[in-house]
Amino acid sequence: MTDPIIITKNLSHIYRSGQADPLQKAALVDINLEIARGSCVAIIGITGSGKSTLVQHFNGLLRPTTGTVIVDGIDVNAQDIDLAALRQRVAMLFQFPEAQLFAPTVFADVAFGPRRMKLDQREVRSRVISALETVGLSHRDYARRSPFDLSGGQMRRVALAGVLAMSPKILVLDEPTVGLDGDGRAEFYYYLRGVQQEQGVTIVLVTHDMAEVASLADWLFVLHDGRLVMQGTPRSIFATSNQLLKWRLVAPPLSELLALLRQQGLAIPAEVLTLEEAFAILQDKSGVVRGGSP
Amino acid sequence: MNSSPFIDIQHVSYTYPSQARGKGEVQPIAGTAALRDVSLQIRQGEYLVVLGHNGSGKSTLARHCNALLIPDSGHVLVNGLDTSDKSKQRSIRDTVGMIFQNPDNQIIATVVEDDIAWALTVRGLPASLIAERVAYALEAVGITDLRELPPHRLSGGQRQRLAIAGVLALRPQCIIADECTSQLDPLSRREIVALLHQLNQEHGLTIIHVTHLLEEAALAQRVVVMELGQIVMEGPPATIFADLERLRQLKLAIPEPIELAARLRDVGLSISREALTVEAIAQEIVR
Repeated sequence: MTDPIIITKNLSHIYRSGQADPLQKAALVDINLEIARGSCVAIIGITGSGKSTLVQHFNGLLRPTTGTVIVDGIDVNAQDIDLAALRQRVAMLFQFPEAQLFAPTVFADVAFGPRRMKLDQREVRSRVISALETVGLSHRDYARRSPFDLSGGQMRRVALAGVLAMSPKILVLDEPTVGLDGDGRAEFYYYLRGVQQEQGVTIVLVTHDMAEVASLADWLFVLHDGRLVMQGTPRSIFATSNQLLKWRLVAPPLSELLALLRQQGLAIPAEVLTLEEAFAILQDKSGVVRGGSP
Repeated sequence: MNSSPFIDIQHVSYTYPSQARGKGEVQPIAGTAALRDVSLQIRQGEYLVVLGHNGSGKSTLARHCNALLIPDSGHVLVNGLDTSDKSKQRSIRDTVGMIFQNPDNQIIATVVEDDIAWALTVRGLPASLIAERVAYALEAVGITDLRELPPHRLSGGQRQRLAIAGVLALRPQCIIADECTSQLDPLSRREIVALLHQLNQEHGLTIIHVTHLLEEAALAQRVVVMELGQIVMEGPPATIFADLERLRQLKLAIPEPIELAARLRDVGLSISREALTVEAIAQEIVR
């Protein structure tokens, strides 16, 4: 890879590794991966597969038990690491981020991070306005409102604006849309795509729902039992739906349908991913399929 | 059949009072009606799916079915008992149990079987009966082998099974599942929906399944769709899924296999409108 922004080499993490402890647990085992600058990647696995443990190494919340993690040139394991500098580069949005909202107004909430960075007032203000615009909440309409009077989807976008206002280079989102309905999810991802494409922020999504990241992620990493078991483009990963089931993961419903059709003998290329592609092929093949069956 | 309905919702309207605010859930907007003159009859043994986007009123309707909410006007009768009659509310809630989004909100004890026993113990049932009911509930949801574990060792899907077991132990006639899959991974989601269907078919439980996911409605006996506090569509799944444009307007995401089937049908392929699951659609395409 020409310019990876995150590199892990032989990364292992054992919880409670300090003592001979019966509760010792190897959460990550020998992870080697590279994440390209400016890309959107997704880390996929069921609860307990190690995905949250992995991303907590990216901003120094956890240190490797063995191996190395380099984030934008910073060695996370270095003794003299400047954690504040690392965490300004790597913003993290946890599950149910609306629970972290606290300020009386949307403006004050989004301004909290930049103020802690000791930026001057004008810079804080301009960052807040720009972050709110990025998530589709106009400063004029929303800045003075209480964040607690907004809908669930809007509250989550305020939380996203709060981390964007710190101008991170990398944005890590842990299950960002759990609990939102279809509309709320679509909106959240719409604005997230803008963050990646217009601001060049590298995005790392943590999720157990592959259907959600199908259209957003360039590259997927599949974790199972603390190991990196597969990586590739969504197209190549979704074509292996039987293998995914062994890791308790399910491919998006359309990929599942196409896999079933292949099992029945239809010649559908493994790379078909979108509804348009599937429609084009099945429409063409319709005569063959129906004429061919006994 | 002229037998009276199991749950009879008669012209119910409801507006949230201004202070009522659930933390961490979608906040009902005070002052606007959450339900407007809703009438619905639910039969004993029915599998009913209530669909709608966040804020459409579907959870508010569900909460009227076991006296968690009482109508401002109109009536809800459960087995003929009026939910506004305070002396009947305990009995109504034992008849109609409820499962929520986050199972952790209804798990109390530190061991799985104790958690299931809890509601029976506070009702003062004899120990032998409690043991029998706990065994039944564990078996029905398929977590007998986990009975001695602390709940925090369970996965999200297993904890939701535990929450269902806790309700089942009270021997309800009906379970309301309010967005009970929305915090689960996709495979656990399917397994919980399959479990609800199994409880319906094998144990004869009435199921009221509240969701914003169209795919969870595919195997229901009947679907009602809510919008702005009213029922705007009602019928068997095949009828509801026949109008994808309308469902889109109601802010419901159309599953891609359903969309594909509709488009193939439009260009002349014979794909039954009854085929609503991935498996059924695959069969229709190959046929």
